[in-house]
Amino acid sequence: MKPGSVAIVGASETTELGKVPGMSQIQLHADAALNALADAGLKPSDIDGIACAGESPTGMAHYLGIVPTWADGTSVGGCSFMLHVRHAAAAINEGLCKTVLITHGESGRSGVGRGGFGGRGGGGSLSAQFEGLYGGMGPTTAFTIPFLRYMKETGTTLEQLASVAVVQRRWAADNPRASYRDPLTIEDVMTARMIAYPFTKLECCLVTDGGGALILTAAERATDFPTPPVYILGTGESVETPMISQMEDLTSSRAFRVSGRKAFDEAGIGHGEVDHLMVYDAFAHLPFYGLEDLGFCKRGEAGPFIEEGNTAPGGSLPMNTNGGGLSYMHSGMYGMYALQESVRQVRGTASAQVPDVNISVCHGVGGMFAASGTIIMGNQRPT
Amino acid sequence: MIDKSRLPAPTPTPETEHFWQGALKGELRLQRCDECSEVYFPPRPFCPACACRSVTVFAATGKATLLSYVINHRPHPAFDGPYSIAVVELEEGPRMMTNIINVEQVPEALPLDMALEVVFEPLSDKISIPYFQPVGGAS
Repeated sequence: MKPGSVAIVGASETTELGKVPGMSQIQLHADAALNALADAGLKPSDIDGIACAGESPTGMAHYLGIVPTWADGTSVGGCSFMLHVRHAAAAINEGLCKTVLITHGESGRSGVGRGGFGGRGGGGSLSAQFEGLYGGMGPTTAFTIPFLRYMKETGTTLEQLASVAVVQRRWAADNPRASYRDPLTIEDVMTARMIAYPFTKLECCLVTDGGGALILTAAERATDFPTPPVYILGTGESVETPMISQMEDLTSSRAFRVSGRKAFDEAGIGHGEVDHLMVYDAFAHLPFYGLEDLGFCKRGEAGPFIEEGNTAPGGSLPMNTNGGGLSYMHSGMYGMYALQESVRQVRGTASAQVPDVNISVCHGVGGMFAASGTIIMGNQRPT
Repeated sequence: MIDKSRLPAPTPTPETEHFWQGALKGELRLQRCDECSEVYFPPRPFCPACACRSVTVFAATGKATLLSYVINHRPHPAFDGPYSIAVVELEEGPRMMTNIINVEQVPEALPLDMALEVVFEPLSDKISIPYFQPVGGAS
């Protein structure tokens, strides 16, 4: 790092140490955090970066009321916090955030609400206590809950939801690596087996096996490699809440909005300059949220936009051109495959190649609207 | 009917104990910040809006409206057919997940914004689960 460019301005431990049976693990994090904030004379609203191990940064940000533009959940054991300091220094120097809170707490002796390394808190976590009792079946019954409210608020239709799967199957048709390539109709999608009303099986992502990898280096070296460089033009990230019931607004993702805005600001581009878009589509409604929360469509316009073919082959904004999580593949954490497709489109090597892609926006979700990351890439290095 | 023996029992923590104690007494308990008056959920011993550590537990009215939901069709060991998983908005503002019970589990019987009231059903002698039903009880 650049020596002396970053400083620690608040530091505190938990109010009590030793045997603290009156606090769960997440509260030990929070107690230390509140003391450190007091030490620095800051409020949670002054914090825009968060790092922690043991608890997830998503859970901590929500618990403390923080809206971050940078989050680090690196968990590599007892030295995680040294790594957090180093990562925070890089983030601050790079302008990803201004003020970082790093927290730790472990109910190592009393074992109250203890989640363990990277754990989600077991039966004592807030998610387990307040969402775990209602027969949830994972993403199919959590990610999907906000959509009926979105429909009511925006006038979006079930046919428009189905059109997402239909359009992405058209992209998959041109991709020999896609899991499903046969054409679909709106009726096929709407009459498929009901999974969690109003979502049918064809509006839920695939469950497949696979992987992906990326290699990055400084732009100065990037022309020394066998493939054309794909430059990172802008980045964004945020987290909101690990609990779908606690989203600020069921019809719009705060994490999407914060992440997208930061990425576009960094890249210094307008939406009209985007040639290609990937929006993580674990379920068919996610592209609606992505198009609206990233600013490509006004509120309520995403359904008609997709239904009318604007994101389909030949459309003005080609989206999810590998077929997406609905038709290409989805192993569980699909974001890597979205990045791979953006790289291919910018290189000009995709199966369903869009002509003349100079700039691609790749937007991912983590958990169920819990977290978000946006990467904007292009084939030209800004001068 | 929900076979509650097949639900994962929650483990109250020191910060949530008041909520579960209230549930046993048929009270839906929320917290209010003594400084900025923010009413919030889920429980924690400080205000997530202003970080003030002085907060007060109080009993909510138990009235809510149906904000959004799904009807799960995949089999679950505790449920004997499709069932709703919902987010409701309490009269005091906070939202929570629940099942809408004592009503047919079909979209026609579950219009958004319908008026709901809390009803508690025992999971064990330590845990009572807050559910919501249409105002006025079973339909």
